[in-house]
Amino acid sequence: MKVRIKFRKYGVLKFIGHLDVMRFFQKAMRRAEIPIAFTGGYSPHMIMSFASPLGIGLTSDGEYVDIELGEPVSSAEAVKRMNAVMTEGMEIVSFRQISEEKKATGMAIVAAADYLVRVRKGCLPANWKNLFTAFYEQPEIRIIKQTKRSQQEVDIRPMIYEAEIRENELFLKLASGSVQNLKPDLVMEAFLKYAGIEEEPVFSYHRLEMYANTGTEKEQTLVTLESLGNEII
Amino acid sequence: MRKLALNDEILLKIEKPARYIGNEVNSVMKDLEKVDVRFAMCFPDVYEIGMSHLGIQILYALFNKREDVWCERVYSPWLDLDKVMREQSIPLFALESQDPIKEFDFLGITIQYEMCYTNILQVLELSQIPVHAADRTEEHPIVIGGGPCTYNPEPLADFFDLFYIGEGETVYNELLDTYKQCKAEGKTRLEFLEAAADIEGIYVPQFYEASYNADGTLQTFSVINNHAPEKIKKQVVMDVTESVYPSAPVVPYIKATQDRVVLEIQRGCIRGCRFCQAGMIYRPTRERDIEKLKSYAREMIKNTGHEEISLSSLSSSDYSQLEELVTFLIEEYQGQGINISLPSLRIDAFSLDVMSKVQDIRKSSLTFAPEAGSQRMRNVINKGLTEEDIINGAGQAFEGGWSKVKLYFMLGLPTETEEDMKEIARLSDRVARRYYEIPKEQRNGKCQITASSSFFVPKPFTPFQWAPMCTSEEYVHRASVVKHEFQQQLNRKSLKYNWHEADVTVLEGVFARGDRRTAAVIEEAYRLGCLYDSWTESFNNDLWMKAFENTGTDIEFYTLRERDTKELLPWDFIEIGVSKAFLKKEWERAKEGIITPNCRENCSGCGAAKFGGGVCYEG
Repeated sequence: MKVRIKFRKYGVLKFIGHLDVMRFFQKAMRRAEIPIAFTGGYSPHMIMSFASPLGIGLTSDGEYVDIELGEPVSSAEAVKRMNAVMTEGMEIVSFRQISEEKKATGMAIVAAADYLVRVRKGCLPANWKNLFTAFYEQPEIRIIKQTKRSQQEVDIRPMIYEAEIRENELFLKLASGSVQNLKPDLVMEAFLKYAGIEEEPVFSYHRLEMYANTGTEKEQTLVTLESLGNEII
Repeated sequence: MRKLALNDEILLKIEKPARYIGNEVNSVMKDLEKVDVRFAMCFPDVYEIGMSHLGIQILYALFNKREDVWCERVYSPWLDLDKVMREQSIPLFALESQDPIKEFDFLGITIQYEMCYTNILQVLELSQIPVHAADRTEEHPIVIGGGPCTYNPEPLADFFDLFYIGEGETVYNELLDTYKQCKAEGKTRLEFLEAAADIEGIYVPQFYEASYNADGTLQTFSVINNHAPEKIKKQVVMDVTESVYPSAPVVPYIKATQDRVVLEIQRGCIRGCRFCQAGMIYRPTRERDIEKLKSYAREMIKNTGHEEISLSSLSSSDYSQLEELVTFLIEEYQGQGINISLPSLRIDAFSLDVMSKVQDIRKSSLTFAPEAGSQRMRNVINKGLTEEDIINGAGQAFEGGWSKVKLYFMLGLPTETEEDMKEIARLSDRVARRYYEIPKEQRNGKCQITASSSFFVPKPFTPFQWAPMCTSEEYVHRASVVKHEFQQQLNRKSLKYNWHEADVTVLEGVFARGDRRTAAVIEEAYRLGCLYDSWTESFNNDLWMKAFENTGTDIEFYTLRERDTKELLPWDFIEIGVSKAFLKKEWERAKEGIITPNCRENCSGCGAAKFGGGVCYEG
């Protein structure tokens, strides 16, 4: 049985990197006695995959890890048992059964993610909201993307699905996943460059949610990864 | 939510910020209003090393069991954060509360190896506590040291208010009670230190005075405060089964060096190798009850979620119920994704059988520690291992499918000759030859024999405490003799030889047997910028040499001299139970190459029987 776990990562846990979050979950599974399935072979490991790694410094309300169970356990029981062994800064939101299809894992289907960028007061010029609106209204936003091997000029504008200014925060819906992936700090970097702001202000980034696309490439229908699962009773 | 001592800007700039945030699974939080004593427990090295230490986890459990005490942890900030803390005058803080160490009642430092001594000064300085005990006032925490290096605490005597000599489980509660009472009665720091000196096992260095002869040797070591005893008695837990054990150890977020459940199956070692300090200071050997160990294994796996369980002891094969314990672990955990790791096993049919069950033979290597190449040398050090044992053990392993073997040796042992050195290479070759005796079609390609040598450092409370060391140049020369001999061997293509740093060895040698005067060298080295000396990347021998020069300290006085057995040694005021007469006799027997039977074969009357238990009273 395949299960998708949604969790929050907040507070001091933002200083824990992705690999350590994986290790944390492996140990948490054992502490909570979740009947997770193992791979075969000489050194069996837990069948577990994360939808999209979250970098150090980011917090999130919508992280996902898919696991395989060896025997069933109810959603309510699993959430309770797991939350009993978490530390402050890690919270299990849901534990739901998902399709057995190989291509249905969060890692394979994630298409978009929502972020909140918090702008520290006084860090940006007073007219930053106008500047951002102008930035966002450009038909294309070309940046140099540094990959491991080369530099590449890309237009990131089509990867910004939505942008909205809320008080001192900025909401962004960005392309995410293996086909197209845009990180919020890259958007902010492009914005600073566009606005001619040289002094680097401190932003804090918070992921809100991750989505799969159940529509077509052209006509996207974004649904949360959580909504693709069903409660186990 | 807790407020961190470091801001986001700093934490996001430094390496592995998780070292400094606390909040790990099983870390203990308490209400400050309800505790009387705050204790900061420090391992003066980086977090991943310190978190791997069992002793601190034991004391953490022991202290936090008390409602009136809150024990927190602190480690050496890594070099990147060290710099930031100095620039911004941020006081060193404890991981749990994130409060400055300087506000605590105690700062306890475990002292596991000599090359952490500059880190002790770093911890004190970053905590904004005067490095010299003499400069501390009523406002400062009591700085207490413990651990194996405190069996010769003298090089650190200036920096500590107290040393706890021996195993922590015995009189710490008494010490904490005494402190609490003194605090309630408004007693001064000095009054508390005097009360502490009345507790067995507690050494207050400022209550003693050393004088020296013209030749530099210790003349007298005398008590100057009437609360201080002439002799400090090592503390020993006689009932290791009922003593406190951390059934819910703290689980780090980042990968610690020891990222596993550790079961301490016994304390002490029956073997009596003459170079080994642990083998003497932890006498008598005491076993923990197997049923207790089984229940700890279950509890600890459940409480930590670790994926590996390991046995800890100086010589696991000597645990009388090893077979039952290992069978239990395999049956309980095999196939559940929990690895079983079995260090310090003697290679024999049983251990090979067990190891073939718990590890991948093709990938893993087997380790032998002959310690010396020649039988003569192994007799000198009383390593009760014959060449036949080694070759037969290796042969069985090769026939069982292993093809990688690691061999550990020491160079620079007392009485070592060039022949003894060369035997390291020859023995390694004979192990390889044993492999090639197996018919070609039955073996798995070439074998890989990796021999490593470290240089021997004489330690206090061993039969070799009087032995001379060599110069750094001589060590390098000896390693080159061995290296050259390896090149002459028939199977040289299957052999690999590594040797350790010689400069570090010399420093370890100075501080292992140093007196109070060597404190000045440590302090000067620290002022010159020495830190993290056990890390190759930050060790700077030139600065250390400058520190010896600046303080006018003669390295060779501490290292090259063979000490007279009549000489007053800096650590003679400590009683470990094993008598000096026994050590002397062992030193004589070593020079004659006579072996001494282990504790189970025949009691040698070392003196540890006076503790009234353990192996001395078996059967």
